[in-house]
Amino acid sequence: MSTLLIITAVVTLFAAVAAMSLRNLVHCALMLAVSFSGVAALYLQLNAEFVAFTEILVYVGAVAILIVMAILLTRSGESPEKSVLTAGWYAGVAVTAMVFTTLGWAILSSSALPQTVAPAPVVSVKNIGDTLMGRYVLPLEIVGLVLTAAMIGAVLIAFKAEPRDKNQKS
Amino acid sequence: MNPLTICLLISALLFATGFAGAVTRRHAILVLVGIELMLNAANLNLIAFWRFGPHPEALTGFIFVLFSMALAAAEAAVGLSLVIAIYRHQQTSNLDEVRELKG
Amino acid sequence: MNGIVQFLWLIPVLPLLAAGIIAVNKQPQRRLAATLAIGSMALGFLLSLGAFSATLAPHEGAGPFRAVDGFNWIQFGGPDHWLQLGWVLDPLTAIMLVMVTFVGLLIFIFSVGYMAQDQNFMRFFCFLALFAAGMLGVVIANNLFLFFVSWEIVGLTSYLLIGFWFHKPSAAAAAKKAFITTRIGDLGLLLGMVWLYAQTGTLNFYDHGKGCLEAGACMQMATQVTLGGLAVSTMIGLLIFLGAVGKSGQVPLHVWLPDAMEGPTPVSALIHAATMVAAGVFLVARVYPLMAAGAPPLETGVPVTTALTVVTWVGAITAIFAASIAVAQYDIKRILAYSTVSQLGFMMIGIGVGGVAVGMFHLITHAFFKALLFLGSGSVIHGCHEEQDVRKMGGLRKYMPVTFVVYAIGMLALAGFPLFFSGFWSKDEILHHAHNWSGSPIPFYLGCAAALLTAFYMTRQVALVFYGKYRGGAGDHAPAHAHAEAPAHGRQPSAHDHDLDPDHNHGHGHGTPHESPAVMTVPLMILAAFAILLGFIGTPAWPWFDGYLTGEAASFDLGKLFTSGTVFVLLLSSVIAFTGLTLGWILYGQRQRQNAGEKDVLEAAQPTLFKLLHNKYYIDEIYELTVIRFNAFAAWLCDFLDQWIFGGAVLLVSYAAIGGAWVCRRTDEYLINGGFDAACALLRELGGGSSKLHTGRVQTYLRVIGVALVLLILFLIWGRKA
Repeated sequence: MSTLLIITAVVTLFAAVAAMSLRNLVHCALMLAVSFSGVAALYLQLNAEFVAFTEILVYVGAVAILIVMAILLTRSGESPEKSVLTAGWYAGVAVTAMVFTTLGWAILSSSALPQTVAPAPVVSVKNIGDTLMGRYVLPLEIVGLVLTAAMIGAVLIAFKAEPRDKNQKS
Repeated sequence: MNPLTICLLISALLFATGFAGAVTRRHAILVLVGIELMLNAANLNLIAFWRFGPHPEALTGFIFVLFSMALAAAEAAVGLSLVIAIYRHQQTSNLDEVRELKG
Repeated sequence: MNGIVQFLWLIPVLPLLAAGIIAVNKQPQRRLAATLAIGSMALGFLLSLGAFSATLAPHEGAGPFRAVDGFNWIQFGGPDHWLQLGWVLDPLTAIMLVMVTFVGLLIFIFSVGYMAQDQNFMRFFCFLALFAAGMLGVVIANNLFLFFVSWEIVGLTSYLLIGFWFHKPSAAAAAKKAFITTRIGDLGLLLGMVWLYAQTGTLNFYDHGKGCLEAGACMQMATQVTLGGLAVSTMIGLLIFLGAVGKSGQVPLHVWLPDAMEGPTPVSALIHAATMVAAGVFLVARVYPLMAAGAPPLETGVPVTTALTVVTWVGAITAIFAASIAVAQYDIKRILAYSTVSQLGFMMIGIGVGGVAVGMFHLITHAFFKALLFLGSGSVIHGCHEEQDVRKMGGLRKYMPVTFVVYAIGMLALAGFPLFFSGFWSKDEILHHAHNWSGSPIPFYLGCAAALLTAFYMTRQVALVFYGKYRGGAGDHAPAHAHAEAPAHGRQPSAHDHDLDPDHNHGHGHGTPHESPAVMTVPLMILAAFAILLGFIGTPAWPWFDGYLTGEAASFDLGKLFTSGTVFVLLLSSVIAFTGLTLGWILYGQRQRQNAGEKDVLEAAQPTLFKLLHNKYYIDEIYELTVIRFNAFAAWLCDFLDQWIFGGAVLLVSYAAIGGAWVCRRTDEYLINGGFDAACALLRELGGGSSKLHTGRVQTYLRVIGVALVLLILFLIWGRKA
């Protein structure tokens, strides 16, 4: 169990690092998809099957594709000539180190974490459905609204409104 | 080292990776990629706490993650459309060059 | 009793109103001015006669008649503390009222003729009326305040009238001199009055026993001793006497009177012979109770105090001093002016040695004959076409007979020709009391010497003016235009009016002297009549005047004439008068000078003495060297102080203010403005620095968020722990 966990984690992390450091953007997007899959595998090992499949569906099936489409639309498919790193990337690395150090230290020195491992819960989809429609119905509806708004917003923002088209239409 | 700590560390590493990419890479889309990685790290954190924390049968962490994923997808959509719009406006997706809000 | 006193205030107010009405008239209206002035004086004369008769009526109480009236004027101090103004009617007041209004009336009438050709006729009558108002106010005042105000009005109008022809520099200077000299005396008067008020607490002279001149107050002041061991009443009396010294031209403040002859002749007659200079004597008479307070009891009944002794001595010295100067003068009016000074000295002697009645008697008689002499000299000057030097006159007896006769009457009265002329009786009274004075015999001798000189110089003047041959101008015309020998006391036909010339331009140059018109000679004749008749009210045989003033009845007793003391002085004064007249006639009457340039007889005999007398003992020059120069120096010093010290202080203050303003400006510019500007620049830089935070780059923001996240976590952990 734990070994598998470690391996999955290594793969995921390796993919994540690769996603962040490759020159070619399409390669980055592909590695991102791999990393998402790794995360889904981790979910599976943590007995959160539904979340794992939702992850595959949503992230790999939608977000990664979306990213690829954005790369295509912004004509970033070619490898850039200049450096891929932004100006002042030292500061970014320093901040990242700070953040990780803090998080790690907080995790390791925390005494609030439970030490015993409880048995795996049985999660059925029916339970999930009941909970969603019962206790969490309000957030569900709101998330529905948010998704609608986001969809409309994204379309509006990315819509190419050219004066030439308008003139032709009118 | 209980599994919870390991999972937390993994999520922290993932988070740090995503953060490093977000603040270091030049391309706007890669910043969004980093943000997605950070979100995933946070979801992982939540599932780990759901699994190894008290009352996993209440499904609290579970539902939380579901919603988080939904919203992350929405946010990715909007963000990428923003990047497209900026690319159309500035003819570049280089974050060093997009500085119109410079005060 | 109360009746006439209530209307007493009208007597000075009527001329005051006349002066006011004349003053506001823009167009010259001579008839109106003359009518108003003469009318007010005539009404005043009638009212004075009424007052006089009221005082003659029998009254209860011992002592002379006295009635007071007044009104509350201003409230000051406490609610019951009123400043009262009032007037008093007693014999002294009544007799002065009658004299002033009568002589004033005659002189006003004379002035109508004298000033007929002058352009400033209106102004003259306005000032004359104002003077009359002031003088009458002095006479009736029962109140220190009212007295002083009227006194000052009199001084002011004297200045205005002396300098009436102000375009003449000598007249303007004389007016200024008169005012300043009398001012010095007025200072003493003011100090005395203030002290008197402080001492007695009341301003009223007579106030039913509470007044400051009544017995209670006088006794209290006589017993209090002040600096020098002198009694308070003596000191106050001497201070008040200082005012009289100035106004009456006693030595050493006599210098203004001769120069005051620059004014027109009616002015000289009214003010400087009859009334204003008499005001000083009147003042001494008024405050006589004060001066006589505290005297040791004496058998003669005349008190001898320090104050009265001083008055006597000053009068004696003045009498001989002025008489000696008059001997060596050539100007007809100057001789009369010095004579006035000398006679005023006599009056002071009279008050000092004999009391109020003696001095006042001589004042009354002197007013009439001196006014007569001045008006007569005015007539002479007018007739000789404004010639005033006696050396250029002569033989006017033939040309101006009426003037000659009245002038001779006046001169004999002044010289003291025995028995028929008032001057004899009044001067005799004075010499009689001086002879009996227990203080010292010297004033008597000085008085006798002065009387001798008086007779001498008056004879000299009359001889030079009216006898001999006419020495003025082109004297060869003289006999051709001789007027017919009219009777001595007749009126001149008015056909001579065509001979009148304007004051300053002559129709036919220096020609014949001529008689003056009736409007000028009739008052002369009236005055001459009184110069004779007045004597008879004061003879020792019938001392009516004395009794009138003291409130006792006087009886006619010829026997009193022949008591030893009286007859001795009578004979002595007669001898003196005759001696003077004879000497004068011998030196000047018989040996007539032939022309104007000839040396005077006395000058030939004693040139240095004559020169000294002619130059008035150089008193004016001494004053010029000492007092005037000191005054000029003091004025220069004050100017220097004002300009450099006080002005310098003011300048320093102004510089300090400017310096302060400069400092403020610098502070404002550099400190405040600069500080403000620096603060704004600082803010701007802060803002500029802060705006650098907005790089516009997303990744910078992300980094900042990362750092903030770290800090938040640390705070949460450690904050909780702590």
